[in-house]
Amino acid sequence: MTLKEKSKILDENSMAKTLERLAHEIVEKNKAIGDIAIIGIKNRGAYLGVRLAAKIEKIAGVKVPVGALDITLYRDDLTEASSQPVVHATEIDFDIGGKSIILVDDVLYTGRTIRCALDALIDFGRPSQIQLAVLVDRGHRELPIRADYVGKNVPTSLKEVIEVRLSETDGKDEVVLCEKKADVGDIGT
Amino acid sequence: MAEKKTVWTKKDLLGLEYLSKEEIELILYTAASFKEVTTRQIKKVPALRGKTVVNLFYEPSTRTRTSFELAAKRLSADVINIEIEASSVKKGETLIDTGRNIEALKIDIIVVRHNASGAPNILARSVKARVVNAGDGWHEHPTQALLDMLTLKSKLGRLEGLKVSIIGDIAHSRVARSNIWGLTKLGAEVTVCAPPLLIPDGIERMGVRVTTDVDEALKGADAINVLRMQFERDGALAFPSKLEYFKQYGITAERLKNCKKDIVVMHPGPINRGVEMSSEVADGKNSVILEQVTNGIAVRMAVLYLVAHAKGAE
Repeated sequence: MTLKEKSKILDENSMAKTLERLAHEIVEKNKAIGDIAIIGIKNRGAYLGVRLAAKIEKIAGVKVPVGALDITLYRDDLTEASSQPVVHATEIDFDIGGKSIILVDDVLYTGRTIRCALDALIDFGRPSQIQLAVLVDRGHRELPIRADYVGKNVPTSLKEVIEVRLSETDGKDEVVLCEKKADVGDIGT
Repeated sequence: MAEKKTVWTKKDLLGLEYLSKEEIELILYTAASFKEVTTRQIKKVPALRGKTVVNLFYEPSTRTRTSFELAAKRLSADVINIEIEASSVKKGETLIDTGRNIEALKIDIIVVRHNASGAPNILARSVKARVVNAGDGWHEHPTQALLDMLTLKSKLGRLEGLKVSIIGDIAHSRVARSNIWGLTKLGAEVTVCAPPLLIPDGIERMGVRVTTDVDEALKGADAINVLRMQFERDGALAFPSKLEYFKQYGITAERLKNCKKDIVVMHPGPINRGVEMSSEVADGKNSVILEQVTNGIAVRMAVLYLVAHAKGAE
């Protein structure tokens, strides 16, 4: 299977502006900004979390604790024969108890990743609340989950894929809408 | 954050001899991630929820069995321990029949320790359940070597190019064999050191340097792995007395003075203080013996996770 790029949703400039807006929204909604902490979902959500924290610090003048969460061990498809995700380390070096946690991910799709993240977070302690910030919401939820902060809503079909590329992992900042194209010889998918 | 592209495809973990460099690196990477879980307040993740692990031990073991049991429990698996005195082996049941009976109980993973080399290989061929070798005869003890390697890697940052000396009863040691396989595959330079009668014939074909002089083994080494002298078993025939052994081969603070200052001292336990090493060394600043125990749980969690989710292995 290959991916064919259809359109660019965000470039470097518009991604920076979008993150800036999300940071402002988070500051606006959380009056007690000193109580918040940011936890990004690995991989790309973790980098977005670090960026958001830096922006919030600039806006509100408060240093926000940042962590990174690996949700592999909480996935609901682990028992399926086809999946064998690599386990990465979770890095949360502060107590999340009583904090307002801003959970950050790149794309919100079925909601299953967020379900895993909620379970994982609660194993670390009892936050006073958990809010969700995503760069792209592409719809097709399979669980009753919604985001509190959305960078961009992108209606998609199930054949499409949202590719989020970040300078930290991919060398440049952009979000691209792609279409899955079956290669000759592919069966199913 | 290194992305690992290797996918685990093996049904079983029988020994490091059978693994590629990349597979060993995947286990170590996964284990490093699991270390974090063992530092949490709630030391449990749901990755093996609904799976059952049997510890099938044909040889007495407290530390390895406890470590495997904790690892499985921290992954939310259910664990059953079968010890041999209490089992039907005494009534004449064969290993394969025992394995098939365990499988009929819908067990997912069998962790086996056996006094016969190769027993886990036979069991693995006979059952669909995953088989993890927890030590077989003089053959292999893969999870011990993996935890030694994880400890070295987290202490020294790398394995490639490290000079590691394994000192003690090489002939009767599955720990030595697994370490030699693993370390040489990952590019470490391995020296083995023992009294002449405890060096097996042809060991140099495994790609190691051989010496009978402990000071030579210590010189320039980044790390040493000191093995247990089993005087209660085979060692007594090969060496006259414990005191004599300590004099000639025991690791003492005096001997370490001529080594690299930050040499890492490992021991798979249980230690014979005053035989393989002095208490001063065992409890000293170079010793990582207790870190090895902690890392053992992370390594066993990684192994159980990987074999349970092996891709394409049915």
